[in-house]
Amino acid sequence: MDDIKKRRKFDTKVQYLQYKVLREVARGAWNGDLLEKITDIPKTIIPGNVPTMRCCVYKERAIISERVRLAMGGDRSNPNVIEVIDIACDDCPAGGYEVTNACRGCLAHRCEDVCRRNAISFDHQQKAHIDKNLCVECGQCAKVCPYSAIVSRRRPCEYACKIKAISMNENKAASIDNDKCIACGACVYQCPFGAIIDKSYILDVIDMIKKSAGNTRYKMYAVVAPSISSQFTYAKLGQVITGIRRLGFFNVVEAALGADMVAYKEAAELKEKGFLTSSCCPAFVDYIKKQFPDIAPHISANLSPAATIAKYIKSTSAPCKVVFIGPCTAKKMEFQKPEVRPYIDSVITFEELQALFDSRDVDIETLSESALDNASYFGRIFARSGGITDAVAQAIKEQGETDFEYKPVTCDGIEACRTALLRKSKGVLDANFIEGMACVDGCIGGAGCLTHGEKNKREVDAYGRLALEKSISDAISVLNLSAAEDPIPAAVNEEKE
Amino acid sequence: MVKVTVCIGSSCHLKGSRQVVEELQYLINKHDLGDRVDLSGTFCMGKCGEDGVSVTVDGDYYAVKPENVLDLFTDVIMKKAE
Repeated sequence: MDDIKKRRKFDTKVQYLQYKVLREVARGAWNGDLLEKITDIPKTIIPGNVPTMRCCVYKERAIISERVRLAMGGDRSNPNVIEVIDIACDDCPAGGYEVTNACRGCLAHRCEDVCRRNAISFDHQQKAHIDKNLCVECGQCAKVCPYSAIVSRRRPCEYACKIKAISMNENKAASIDNDKCIACGACVYQCPFGAIIDKSYILDVIDMIKKSAGNTRYKMYAVVAPSISSQFTYAKLGQVITGIRRLGFFNVVEAALGADMVAYKEAAELKEKGFLTSSCCPAFVDYIKKQFPDIAPHISANLSPAATIAKYIKSTSAPCKVVFIGPCTAKKMEFQKPEVRPYIDSVITFEELQALFDSRDVDIETLSESALDNASYFGRIFARSGGITDAVAQAIKEQGETDFEYKPVTCDGIEACRTALLRKSKGVLDANFIEGMACVDGCIGGAGCLTHGEKNKREVDAYGRLALEKSISDAISVLNLSAAEDPIPAAVNEEKE
Repeated sequence: MVKVTVCIGSSCHLKGSRQVVEELQYLINKHDLGDRVDLSGTFCMGKCGEDGVSVTVDGDYYAVKPENVLDLFTDVIMKKAE
């Protein structure tokens, strides 16, 4: 019963399993006995002798051991935050389009007519066959078959990875090309066996909380992504905020306020430069740098919203540490970049936050509500596709610009991003601003979300409308208080005084 | 230099920290004290339960409502700045 209740928080059982591992690792870390208990965790999670997921409980436990390793930070020699657990990879069939025995050997042969490569032939029973030497995997035959008899046997991870960073290694396990991977986490969410996982930094976060000595040695700040409004729907958002504070954070600040700042600055930058791409989505930024280096100079010079607000917090509330909590695996790469490292100390996902709550037995449904209100509607809707486009339009308006023609293109998902970037590189893109989001639907589609779905966009918009501040200028007006433009020297001066 | 810090965390934001900041900025300019008062913000002073926006003046704590900013300015900040 308890299990069923908990599973409701997650889209899949893979996420639920991952959550259990994170929770047990976190428990050990809080109690200070992780290293003693570490070998017991697989048996705690997989008790008994009857396998429920794999061929035997021993393989199940061996895989759990690997999950524990990733929950503790994974392979430190691998710079990527996305890792394959080789023994968890089920070596899925990867044959591409195949005719199944649902083929009835009909007369119409639509599959044959639609195939431009003449790859389809028929045996003496009129059943279709695909010549793999000719087939280019276009999928047209599968679309026209009235019996849905042609299926694609593509690996879910390879299919999920629209930038083709995943291939098969010599052992037929999935293998990630780090030179191409943008750490978006699409494969993490899509692998039905949970064989691709994002490394976790929960141990770093727990360590920071412990060493803050109840926020006396330094203050712990949580910066939460606006997509949080579509998560933890079994409780109220205010209760989630109280829960985060209960874990040991001094205060919770909206990343959306950073988004307001970014939208305002990006509007000005766009007018000055004439063409710009957004810089909020770290996977999109990484993709441009890796695949379209010619366009890289046009990436907005702004830090991401999370890094922007973290920079502000560090400048005004030192000494402190900032942890970003969001839906994003690529943020785990972003915070390690030299330009972001001084501001964001660690990154965890909503999935990991749920594990942290339960590792401390913080039942957020029973907590009182705390306020979370810094940003405007426009900063908050950054969480979903189209939000940046709208916010930059608003900022241009608020800056009183009338003769500037704003021509945005909103790219929902990395495939749409690629299309726009290809057009731009060929000089045929009729736009002066590219909003790029690697995940379909935007951040609410992120791999680190507990739930994904239609209603999440509505939740984000509703949360946006609740904001006290109705304009970007009002939301960011309080930030012009101190020398926030160059916070590090300001902080140094403060210490001198 | 008088150091005035206004809390701009969520609780205080809802209690009107933007209005407090704007009022203070207006008063500082009006009295030409820009070079003697250092106005800054911070996220949370840990006094979210107080009835008013958290403000410190040289480390002394005050809970200020937007309509009482003038009192704080004349009674505390002006005196210190002179």
